[in-house]
Amino acid sequence: MMDYDYMKPASMKEVFTLLKEYGPKATLIAGGTDVMVNIRNRELSPEVLISLRGLHELRYIRKNDGYHIGALTTHRMLEQSDMVKGELSALHDAASQLGSVQVRNVATVGGNICNAAPSADTAGPLLALDATVVLEGPDGRRSVPIADFFTGPSKTVRKGDEVLVEFHIPEAPGRFGSAYWKHARRRAMDLPLLGLAVGLALSESREIFDARIGLTVAAPVPMRAHKAEEFLKGKPLEAEVLEEAGEIASSEASPRDSLRSKAWYRREMIAVFVPRMVRLAAERIRDK
Amino acid sequence: MKKVSISFTLNGDEVTAEVPPSWTLLKTLREYFELTGAKEGCGAGECGACTVIIDGEAVNSCIYPIPEVEGKSVTTIEGIAGKDGTLHPLQKAFIENNGVQCGFCTSGMIMSAKSLLDRNPAPTRDEIRKSIAGNLCRCTGYVQIVESIEKAAEMIKGAK
Ligand SMILES: Cc1cc2nc3c(=O)[nH]c(=O)nc-3n(C[C@H](O)[C@H](O)[C@H](O)COP(=O)(O)OP(=O)(O)OC[C@H]3O[C@@H](n4cnc5c(N)ncnc54)[C@H](O)[C@@H]3O)c2cc1C
Ligand code: FES
Ligand code: FES
Repeated sequence: MMDYDYMKPASMKEVFTLLKEYGPKATLIAGGTDVMVNIRNRELSPEVLISLRGLHELRYIRKNDGYHIGALTTHRMLEQSDMVKGELSALHDAASQLGSVQVRNVATVGGNICNAAPSADTAGPLLALDATVVLEGPDGRRSVPIADFFTGPSKTVRKGDEVLVEFHIPEAPGRFGSAYWKHARRRAMDLPLLGLAVGLALSESREIFDARIGLTVAAPVPMRAHKAEEFLKGKPLEAEVLEEAGEIASSEASPRDSLRSKAWYRREMIAVFVPRMVRLAAERIRDK
Repeated sequence: MKKVSISFTLNGDEVTAEVPPSWTLLKTLREYFELTGAKEGCGAGECGACTVIIDGEAVNSCIYPIPEVEGKSVTTIEGIAGKDGTLHPLQKAFIENNGVQCGFCTSGMIMSAKSLLDRNPAPTRDEIRKSIAGNLCRCTGYVQIVESIEKAAEMIKGAK
C-alpha cells in the first residue's frame, strides 16, 4: 500500500501555500473517487494529498446573474436540487446517473471536470449549458469557457497552482430546455460509450432560436457540434431538420474505436440521439 | 510510518484511531477496530461491499480517506442492531426473506438500504433498485434483496 501524507487546509490561502511548498509531489483531492482509485491502481503516487474538502464555501448551487455551482458540489447535491432538475435539466440527467449513490455522495463536479476523462458525464451538459470554468490561483481568478478547458484525455488548461472554484452558467436566452443522453450498455455503474447533451432555446413561434450540442467520447476531448448548431438556428422543429442536424453532428465528430465501442457505432448513435435530445429538450420547455 | 490521530463517532461511541494518514476508512474499521462487517470486494468503489453510513449518507469506505472522518459520525453494520441485540428490521427481513446467501454483499446492501429507508420510509421498487445500484451481489439475483427491503419498510411502518 502507498504511503502518503494528508493535509486538509481550511482556506484557499492555505491551499496555495501548500501547493507552492510541495509542487508536483502533491495531488489535490476532492471526493477522491478518481484519486483514491488511481492511487490503488498505482497510476498515481503522490507524496502528499491536499484535500479540498475543508473548503465548505465551495459547495453551493446559487442563482443570481445566471447560475453558480461551487466546484466541491457533489453529484448527489445536483441530483437532489429541484432548481437543477427544472432549469439545468441536462446536468440533472448526468449527475443522477453518475456511478452509484455511494459515489455521488462524495464525488464532486469539479473533480469530474478536472479529471478530464473523455467520458466525464458532466462535461456534455456543461458544454450545452455554455458554462464557464472559474479557476483561482495565488494571483487571483480567471475564467475559461468550458469548450476551451480540455486539451486532451486527462489534460486541461488548469495550471498546477490553480484550483477550480466555480462553474458559471449564463441565464439562458428565452424559453430554454436541455437534456443529456448517457449511452451505456448498462443502466447503472457504467461509463458512457457516448454522451450527448442538447441545450435548446425556442422563439414564441416555436422556431429554434439557439441550440448547443455537447458531445463526449466523440473526440479526444469533449466538444461542441458547432456546424449542427448553426444549421438548427432559425429552423422549425421538424423531423427532417432534426435528422439532418444529427447527420451534421455525426460528421463533425471524430470518435475512435475503443474497447467499449467502435467509431462507426458512435457516429450512428450521434445521428440518432441528436434529434431525440432536441425533442426531449423541447418537451421540457413545453412542460414548464 | 507516520501516524495521525483521528477522532470520530463510531456506532454511537466516541473513538480515536492512531493510523497512517494513507489508510482508508475500510482498512481502519477492519484492522484497527477489528470490525469486519464491512468487506473489501474491489477496493475501488465498484461493488459496494464496504458501504457504511457517514453522517446519514451511504459511502464506499474503501475509497474514503481516514483523515476525512475526523469529527464525523460513522455507522457500520455492527451498529444497527439494538444495544440488547434486537436485530434491525432490515436484518430480520433479510434473514426471513432469503436476502442472504453467501453473505459477502449483505452488510453493504443493508447499509445502502438503511440510508434509503432513514430518508424515505416508503420507497417504490424503482427507488429501492436505484439505491442498491452500487451494490453487487453474485448470489441472489437481487429479487430477494429488493423484497427484503420492501418487507423491512413494512415492518418499520407497522412498528410506528
Ligand atoms: C465506482 C465509480 C463509478 C464512477 N462512475 C462514473 C460515471 O458514471 N461517470 C463519470 O463521469 N465518472 C464516474 N466516475 C469517476 C468519478 O467518480 C468522477 O469523475 C467524479 O466526479 C470525480 O470527482 P471527485 O470529487 O471524486 O474527484 P477526485 O478524485 O477528488 O479528483 C479528480 C481529479 O481532479 C482534481 N481536482 C478535483 N477537484 C479539483 C478542484 N476543485 N480544482 C482542481 N483540481 C481538482 C484532482 O487533483 C484529480 O486529479 C466513477 C468513479 C467510481 C469510483
Ligand atoms: S470494496 Fe469498496 S466498493 Fe468494492
Ligand atoms: S449473497 Fe453472495 S454476494 Fe450477495
